[in-house]
Amino acid sequence: MNPVEHVWDAVLEVARSPLGLIAITLGGYQLGRWLQARTGGHALAQPVLVAIAVVGTAITLLDVDYPRYLEASTLISFWLGPATVALAVPLHRQADQLKGFVLPLLVAVGMGAVVSVAGAVLIARALGADDVLQRTLAPKAATTPVAIALADSLGGIPPLAAAFAILIGIFAALTAPAVLTLLRIRDRRARGLAVGAVSHGIGASRMLREDETEGAFAGLGMGLSALAISLVLPLLALVLW
Amino acid sequence: MIRGLTFLIGFQVLGELVVRIVDVPVPGAVVGMLLCFAWLRRTRAGESAALVRASTALLRHLQLLFVPAGVGIVAYLATLRADAVPITASLLGSWLLGLVAVAWTAVLLERLFGAPRDDLPVAGQESA
Repeated sequence: MNPVEHVWDAVLEVARSPLGLIAITLGGYQLGRWLQARTGGHALAQPVLVAIAVVGTAITLLDVDYPRYLEASTLISFWLGPATVALAVPLHRQADQLKGFVLPLLVAVGMGAVVSVAGAVLIARALGADDVLQRTLAPKAATTPVAIALADSLGGIPPLAAAFAILIGIFAALTAPAVLTLLRIRDRRARGLAVGAVSHGIGASRMLREDETEGAFAGLGMGLSALAISLVLPLLALVLW
Repeated sequence: MIRGLTFLIGFQVLGELVVRIVDVPVPGAVVGMLLCFAWLRRTRAGESAALVRASTALLRHLQLLFVPAGVGIVAYLATLRADAVPITASLLGSWLLGLVAVAWTAVLLERLFGAPRDDLPVAGQESA
């Protein structure tokens, strides 16, 4: 075996190992963060999209199939669970600002959960989407880790649920402030809450750049909505299917 | 950091236990979040608490954690193309319905109870 071939084999072997695949994932994410900083935090420049594109290309070129990548990257995806638990912290931070808004907030988020789950399923069904796709679309308003877990327990496709949640977050980040103004919602608490409840963290980060109160309530909306959707989904599933 | 992460994993473990014992189809981590929230309220945890610091660090890079799940989309591109219309309509339609439901319900109830509305001038259009 000649030396060039020997080096090349070594490179491929390391790149295909869990270590190499995790390095590629982190590298893609850092590239995404760099791009986000370069574009001044544009809503389309989400590090997760860049990372997914980089990893998707890399595993195709390296001829690593998806289940193998998924296994190798367990070290990263494992932390989704603890991160979901950690969402209690932003909730805790905002809990003091709530005087006089608790009941409107809880009822509104509950309504939002029912409407967005039922809406997603019924629209998809009316347009001919199959059962699995309906179950995948149902939890998309929840924050991505919760949407993944819910799609899984409901019999949907978790990776697609993640993609849907990310996409709707980006759409919200681009359009939500203008849409809310069109709807004549002028209360900053309600504006933030609504965006967080239906478009989670990516939408919330846009609201935070608009205004601090809107950002705080978007964070709150995201946490409560994840909870509300988790509770409502099993019940709605009995009615919808 | 490790102390805070131990707390987070502890709450997740409790959440998983509760979900299995009560037999509800809710992710264990979500129940863990509830338990963690109750704990934070009870202890009046400040920004310097280990649990709060670990959570903040983890949440700052939440996006990284769903890259492995997101990469799976590559395997479903054919599905996405075949069902592009129902998917797009369902995503956008239910998003708008949900947004309207939350915002209008909140504002309506606030008016109903006559609570002071935090009605800051929104200046007609959004600031860039």
